[in-house]
Amino acid sequence: MNFVDLDRVSLRYGEDGDGTLALQGTTLRVTSGEFVAVVGPSGCGKSTLMKVVTGLWPPTAGTVIVSGREVTAPLSIVGMAFQNPTLLPWRTTLDNVMLPLEIVSPHCSRLRKERAAYVAKARDLLALVGLKGFEDHFPWQLSGGMQQRASLCRALIHDPSLLMLDEPFAALDMFTREELWLAVQDLWLARAPTVILVTHDLREAVFLADRVLVMSARPGRIIAERAVDLPRPRRLEMTYEPLSVALVQELREHISAARAAAA
Amino acid sequence: MSGKPDMVASDALDAPPARPRKRPLLRRKALRRVLPWIVIVAIFVLWEFVVRAFAIEQFVLPAPSAVFAAGWEWRWPILENSWQTFMTTVVGFGFAVIFGLVAGVVIGSSTLVYDGFYPALVGFNSIPKVAVIPILVIWFGIGTVPAIITAFLISFFPILVNVAAGIATVEPELKDVLRALGARRWQVIQKVGLPRSMPYFFASLKVAITFAFVGSIVAETVAANKGIGNLMLVASSRFEVPLAFAGLLMTSIMGIGMYLVATFVERRTTGWATRGVDMAVTPGT
Repeated sequence: MNFVDLDRVSLRYGEDGDGTLALQGTTLRVTSGEFVAVVGPSGCGKSTLMKVVTGLWPPTAGTVIVSGREVTAPLSIVGMAFQNPTLLPWRTTLDNVMLPLEIVSPHCSRLRKERAAYVAKARDLLALVGLKGFEDHFPWQLSGGMQQRASLCRALIHDPSLLMLDEPFAALDMFTREELWLAVQDLWLARAPTVILVTHDLREAVFLADRVLVMSARPGRIIAERAVDLPRPRRLEMTYEPLSVALVQELREHISAARAAAA
Repeated sequence: MSGKPDMVASDALDAPPARPRKRPLLRRKALRRVLPWIVIVAIFVLWEFVVRAFAIEQFVLPAPSAVFAAGWEWRWPILENSWQTFMTTVVGFGFAVIFGLVAGVVIGSSTLVYDGFYPALVGFNSIPKVAVIPILVIWFGIGTVPAIITAFLISFFPILVNVAAGIATVEPELKDVLRALGARRWQVIQKVGLPRSMPYFFASLKVAITFAFVGSIVAETVAANKGIGNLMLVASSRFEVPLAFAGLLMTSIMGIGMYLVATFVERRTTGWATRGVDMAVTPGT
């Protein structure tokens, strides 16, 4: 069954129809529990795709169906992590992670009564990504990688059935990035949410995803699709093995072609 | 700083580089604590010296010693009238805080309201509040009410502008974090807009509280029979200039007191904005 179903979706920014056409006739299907990565040349509308799926922007044409319902307003079953950690500077790490619980029902009504249980859950999640002992630190006391981990925890705390990752590791150095790949894989294996990851790192896409989609240059649509048949759990060394390297190479060619077509 | 780097280089292996800087820094901290008092005392000493050296008449400029003497002699009337002024100011300021905060949130959270109301507000703020006092007297009579209203009118605008600016300038990314969770408009303001505007709010409080004192005292000189403003008016009309100065001094003390209260609350609530660094440190370097 398709969990996310985009049917010929177009989006034009601006109110009077003369803005940038970011998406054109994008069709995308993601089954429940699947890990999908979307790659493409920069400025191809990947982030726009995220905003359309989560309902932050209504599409100009076409339909977006998530979990069997047409999306018309922002969804609360979604957890989102952005390229910037976007933690609130006046909250501690723990309070930042618990932010979604204050908004998403049914947690927001239970939070006061069952606070201890929720705090324990948030602490467990932070421990899982290696942030044990940093619960009471403020975001500016954490490194960029640590902030991004906290941001991942915040995206997951309310048990979203759909996790949207919008280049969450793009601003990090390679070692931190690889560490977080493993963290994301662990989280995904443990909780099995449906994941859509937008990235421009092909190794990242191949390492994490079940299926990689390639987008064309703007206006974006899906031009190629490739399943990644690597066993789970995957290890970092696998990204240097022939199968992965060949996949990365193949994806790279698709993107080069897309860029050449645009130029 | 010029001599220090050599010293660091010579024993860099066994001493952490921060160490040679530590002592001057500590001394600076102690200096920072006493410096305000030194400045105040120096002003009084200079003032006393100038008055004595040029033999200035007391009804022109009384020496600090004469001011303090007058202040002690008239301590009860001064305290009584100060209390009146203090209450007037605090009530007017309190209304300004409530009104400024609420209006600031409303205006800051919608560009439409912001664009619609801002010109009118600027026009309103351009009216000299002193000119309004006679009208207030016609409406409410002589007494406490015009002073409260003047204190309010003069101090609410900076609060409103700052809160509105704080909320209007929230980063869209932070808003998206909440909107992506399905948060309502009010929740976005509550969780992001309000906390985000608090540093602006407190900065404006420090300006507004001194404005409020100006407002109530000016109103008291024009249209009241109580309060420090009235006391100074009566004193100068009787050529008791030292007493008038004692009243001024009292106003300054109250102003500083309220400023310190605002600063204290600010530090307790918005330490995140200054990254936990002592507020007084930031403007230095």
